Amino acid sequence: MSPPPPTAAGLPATPPAPAPHLLSDPPSDPGRDPGSEPHAVRLTGLGKSFARPGSAETPVLEGIDLTVPAGGFTCLIGASGCGKSTLLHLIAGLAEPSTGTVEVAGGHAALMFQEAALFPWLSAGRNIELALRLRGLRGRAERRAEAERLLTLVRLDGAHSRPVHELSGGMRQRVALARALAQQSSVLLMDEPFAALDAITRDVLHEELVRLWEQTGCAVVFVTHNVREAVRLGREVVLLSSRPGRIAGRWTVPVPQPRRIEDAEVAGLAAKITERLREEISRHGRA
Amino acid sequence: MAAPDTVLVEAGLDALEARPRAQRGLPVRLREHGLPPLLGLALVLAVWQAVWAAGIEPDWVLPSPVEVGESLVGAANHGQVWPSVGQSVLRGVLGFAVSVAAGTVLGLLVGRLRPLRLAVGPVLAGLQNLPSVAWVPPAVMFFGVTPAALYSVVLLGAIPSIALGLVSGLDQVPPLFLLVGRNLGARRLASVRHVLLPAALAGYVAGLKQGWAFAWRSLMAAEIIAVSPALGPGLGRLLKQAQDAGDMRLAFCAIALILVVGIVVNMLVFTPLERRVLRARGLATPTR
Ligand SMILES: Nc1ncnc2c1ncn2[C@@H]1O[C@H](COP(=O)(O)OP(=O)(O)O)[C@@H](O)[C@H]1O
Ligand SMILES: [Mg+2]
Repeated sequence: MSPPPPTAAGLPATPPAPAPHLLSDPPSDPGRDPGSEPHAVRLTGLGKSFARPGSAETPVLEGIDLTVPAGGFTCLIGASGCGKSTLLHLIAGLAEPSTGTVEVAGGHAALMFQEAALFPWLSAGRNIELALRLRGLRGRAERRAEAERLLTLVRLDGAHSRPVHELSGGMRQRVALARALAQQSSVLLMDEPFAALDAITRDVLHEELVRLWEQTGCAVVFVTHNVREAVRLGREVVLLSSRPGRIAGRWTVPVPQPRRIEDAEVAGLAAKITERLREEISRHGRA
Repeated sequence: MAAPDTVLVEAGLDALEARPRAQRGLPVRLREHGLPPLLGLALVLAVWQAVWAAGIEPDWVLPSPVEVGESLVGAANHGQVWPSVGQSVLRGVLGFAVSVAAGTVLGLLVGRLRPLRLAVGPVLAGLQNLPSVAWVPPAVMFFGVTPAALYSVVLLGAIPSIALGLVSGLDQVPPLFLLVGRNLGARRLASVRHVLLPAALAGYVAGLKQGWAFAWRSLMAAEIIAVSPALGPGLGRLLKQAQDAGDMRLAFCAIALILVVGIVVNMLVFTPLERRVLRARGLATPTR
């Protein structure tokens, strides 16, 4: 079962570019250091604390320095509650950092949530059309056509008018992915998007995600607490410690895509990272 | 095109979870939604007839359903009943429409502005508990026995329910949806229009339904108490006339009409509206 050729998924009938980009090029950033490679996300000294009534501020994230290159695929792992979702919210601009800075190429990152965050009062296609409309795409017919195209891209042809509650969990996450792609950001943030799916459906969606990532050329930041999933997908895996969340380890995945979750190299690296994660959790347990 | 085995795998495991669409014909729906209420009505009439036949109460206290039906027909022939129904329904619909406009604005403001909520929320909840018939005397003192007095009682009865329904709908909007909306690029007004209001619609519709019930009740209370030939006909006035004339048949006839208007409005407007809203969100079972 090899991934299908990238041209098969209903891209627009424009002349084929060497690497088909769905996305507009990220605008060049004149403030960047000369000579550094183009980045999709750059976090410097990033920290976040939440005020708790009646007690001191508890730092959730502290001193995060992280760069995701343009077109990169970075997986973030860490124990539950270590601040992974908070980090994505900071990148997406849904929360303000307490310290440090967030730079995102193009100024906006699309976020796909763990839960079924589709609007239940809209059909699958209308959910995508709303994203297009809020992006500023005028013209009903145009939005409709673009939504159909995105649905085809995630292999849900003909699902436009289906109510969200009629779809299976895997189909819903495909719609959510299509809605995120509709935002045309050069950065796609994914917060444990496949955690609630069965293993085989998840496997299929891993393949789809890698295919779309290669097609669109956007950078992906993928949060999971499943180490194997991280190694299966990412070019780079970043481990976050708990309380406060800091970067506790980074690994580059040397295996080229397409990989499979059962590959020996994937399993080997995953075992190594899992050991570090265990240490991290037990260190926190003792503290 | 997906690789065939991918489709198979997906179809085998996850697709079974997808719910097929239920398509039901009109005869089936009529039987399911039309028959039970008719059976219920028949049961009530049968019990009524049986109690009357048992002769527990004299005829002038408890007339038989047949007699009431006959007197309804008789009253209609006298031209008394239909103008009353028409006038009351018109007042109810008009008063309700104004209440919807006012209650919606009030609900949005109270639901979204914290200071206003702290100030006005308890008052609204209190108003909802107050029987709106209590407003009739001050309304009559203020406006005289005029339509304005009737309408003000209707508004005071209906607006709190509509506003509070919207507030509770807004309270139940999952914060996740607001975050999604922000990430999709919905700013203030767009967020209200595309996320907040649709997400709060179920609570809002429940508030509208209750608001109509309160509007209709308040109107009847006002019409019974504030009687004047200048006001013209009305179902409440008909009831009052029945009492003055000691005409139990006419009283039952008026009550039946008040009930029928309430039921018909619910069946034609609110039940379908509620069903549509719930079903679109996957909240109603297919049989509802
Ligand atoms: N809005 C908030 N207010 C207070 N504490 C929060 C808030 N959001 C998250 N937290 C806390 O921050 C920590 C990290 O949360 P989160 O980012 O959701 O973790 P993860 O996604 O890694 O499981 C948790 O301990 C949580 O209680
Ligand atoms: Mg999380």
